Amino acid sequence: MKKFNLFLIAISILTTVGLFSCKPKNAGNAVDGDAASKVYVAPGKYDEFYNFVSGGFSGQMSVYGLPSGRLFRVIPVFSVDPEKGYGYSEETKPMLNTSHGFVPWDDLHHVQMSKTNGDYDGKWAFGNANNTPRIARIDLKTFRTAEIIELPNSGGNHSSPFITENTEYVVAGTRFSVPTDDANGDVPISSYKENFKGTLSFISVGKEDGKLNLAFQIVCPGVNFDLSRAGKGKSHGWFFFSCYNTEQASTLQEVNASQRDKDFILALNWKKAEEYLKAGKGRKQSVKYAHNTYSDATHSATSEILTEVTVLDSKELKDICYFIPCPKSPHGCDVDPSGEYIVGSGKLAALIPVFSFDKIQSAISSKSFDGEFEGIPVIKYESALYGEVKKPGLGPLHTEFDDKGNAYTSFFVSSEVVKWNIKDLKVVDRVPTYYSVGHLCVSHGDTKNPKSKYLVAYNKITKDRYLPTGPELSQSAQLYDISGDKMQLILDFPTIGEPHYAQIISAELVKNISQKIYKIDENNHPYVSKGEKETKVTREGNKVHIYMTAIRSHLTPDNIEGVKIGDEVYFHVTNLEQDWDVPHGFAIKGASNAELLIMPGETSTLKWIPTKVGIYPMYCTDFCSALHQEMSGYVRVSPSGSNVPLSGVTGNTAPVPATK
Amino acid sequence: MKDKSVSNWIRIALVICGISLVAVQYVPMWSISLDAPQYPEGLELLIFANKIGGDVDIINGLNHYIGMKTLHTQDFFEFTILPYIIWFFTVAFIIVGIFKSRKLLFTLFGLFVSFGIIAMYDFWRWEYNYGHNLDPNAAIIVPGMAYQPPLIGFKQLLNFGAYSIPDIGGWIFVGVGAITLYCVVHEVLKHKKTNK
Repeated sequence: MKKFNLFLIAISILTTVGLFSCKPKNAGNAVDGDAASKVYVAPGKYDEFYNFVSGGFSGQMSVYGLPSGRLFRVIPVFSVDPEKGYGYSEETKPMLNTSHGFVPWDDLHHVQMSKTNGDYDGKWAFGNANNTPRIARIDLKTFRTAEIIELPNSGGNHSSPFITENTEYVVAGTRFSVPTDDANGDVPISSYKENFKGTLSFISVGKEDGKLNLAFQIVCPGVNFDLSRAGKGKSHGWFFFSCYNTEQASTLQEVNASQRDKDFILALNWKKAEEYLKAGKGRKQSVKYAHNTYSDATHSATSEILTEVTVLDSKELKDICYFIPCPKSPHGCDVDPSGEYIVGSGKLAALIPVFSFDKIQSAISSKSFDGEFEGIPVIKYESALYGEVKKPGLGPLHTEFDDKGNAYTSFFVSSEVVKWNIKDLKVVDRVPTYYSVGHLCVSHGDTKNPKSKYLVAYNKITKDRYLPTGPELSQSAQLYDISGDKMQLILDFPTIGEPHYAQIISAELVKNISQKIYKIDENNHPYVSKGEKETKVTREGNKVHIYMTAIRSHLTPDNIEGVKIGDEVYFHVTNLEQDWDVPHGFAIKGASNAELLIMPGETSTLKWIPTKVGIYPMYCTDFCSALHQEMSGYVRVSPSGSNVPLSGVTGNTAPVPATK
Repeated sequence: MKDKSVSNWIRIALVICGISLVAVQYVPMWSISLDAPQYPEGLELLIFANKIGGDVDIINGLNHYIGMKTLHTQDFFEFTILPYIIWFFTVAFIIVGIFKSRKLLFTLFGLFVSFGIIAMYDFWRWEYNYGHNLDPNAAIIVPGMAYQPPLIGFKQLLNFGAYSIPDIGGWIFVGVGAITLYCVVHEVLKHKKTNK
């Protein structure tokens, strides 16, 4: 009996040892010896690429250098940023205005760089607000949000801001279908099929000034529009949207929107839509949406509410829209550099269908249809299909391309990036990601001229990649060298927010146009002080305007008296510096908003409502000089009804007179 | 018979000198380059015939820490007369070239050298005044420290390294002076020979 027990123990020990020795290799082993030299950018040297990365639920856009993975800047776009005063200064508050009023947060999912001839031109970056549907344009000269336009008739602006090859349009497809804004929205949610519509917005972009204009919307059946890409080259003039929930479910979509074997990719002929628009086939619809513009001349944003949009009906205007069946709730919908191949990625599929633009065209002309869905022709799957990549992995999501005829697809479920050949549809290479990659991007990987240099995987799960920081971890990006036959993992770097799409653009296209200062002579801010002599304090009823200047290392005026309880005080601070990298900050005790961070030559305004009598220190928050600590002052707040005259002085100079 | 006229090649050289002095009106004559750890791109003060150029505003902004007076073109009367003096020499060189008088050549050389010496003294004087007459209430006072930039060459002034050298206009001046000197020496030697 005893012997038998010993025997059992021995067996269990052996089994346990055996199990452990079979455990797959640790992730850390996947890095080769020369990785460090490939990502090392020596101090003082520049990276080869900028990586513009969506901030996801942070609502912002972040900018990294590649191959180093160093974070350069977080551009505030859809969320307030107290550090920069964005959304807090009087000048930037209008940027976040919507038809719902001031919205301080959003969810920025996708980044697109402006394009000329199908390649990045380094002028602007675009981002989408997923929650309260909007599109933003960021100026790459200043790395500031220049414009935000709201989208009516939309809910969950997900398939955006994808752009055409000469930035003619930025498109925005609604993820959540909703009743249109001019219809009665007070309907049972279960009436989805009958009342809910999916709209696709086409926003034109001014060639020189980048100005956004909601040119038209195409109203489509109520489904979920997920992602999209514009055609290129031969398919220029077409747009492709993936859609799911063709079951038209409004509840428990996890199950109810996953019933059908195939959902759709929508092929949309936008040139044709333009023709219909010109021919007056659009219907003017009464809506409300905000259009916010930031001016570099006044350093101020203005917001206007627009009230009309032209809508084209995809059901009535027959030859704009065609559905192509695509397996299992497609997510990514990507067009190869030639414009011929459209890659659909079914989130739950075990294959990747590749459609042919030429075949789609001949299927349309020969009417090779499989009936209609909600009045829109459905092209036969086989008639549009070029071929399928068999057994590529589990859960394909997104695909970008290199210049050697290869595609790179992210696989969420099997946590890997798979490289496959577009022509023969054979898998060439695969590498693991840590962990569960969502989006990926290749240097210039969605253009006509990809650069086979780097690929970044943006992972949804971080776990053990970095030193732990409690339950909440940073997100993890992984850089792969794709210049050789085999993809090679060379760097992990943490990111802010939750990146979705990103773009990798040659530094050459952006770094030389970067602005250094705002010229004080060109400052047209209504409250600018172009020198200390122009500073003053004025009162209009209970509003006190302080025209203030900041220069190393003092504020003018820095002793302000005569402010009373009940006053609204506006500090209009002009940074008089005209030298690169000398911002000044401004903060005052008790301010219920944030600080100002003012660039050389810029004017910013902080509103302050003192609530208690007393002396309030104010100071420069950006370490500007050796005497930065001295760059400060006081405001005296007196009781309401006090007779203390309004004044502002600095140093031994005569008091700045208060003017009425 | 004693030949008091200068050689033809000297006359050509003098006319060329005169013409090249025209350029001095438009290019900087002197430059003071400043380097500091925080200014890897460097700052430059350029002295033209009629103005101060370069990063004057930035330099003025920095100099207020040490109490140095700010630099403004209108504070220097020299800028109102310098262009005329240079025009004078332009014309003078051409005239001396046309009239082949040796005496005129020697006079011209004397005037040119005197101008050079006076100009450099004047420049030094300004540098001295700006470097020494500092605001006693300045934020940064280093006992015994003056901020006079070098007349020519390199000098460390606190965190800034100052490097002062002639710019294109200055080099033209030096060149014109050297050519004239050569001409004068040549004429003197020739004169000695013919006298023997």
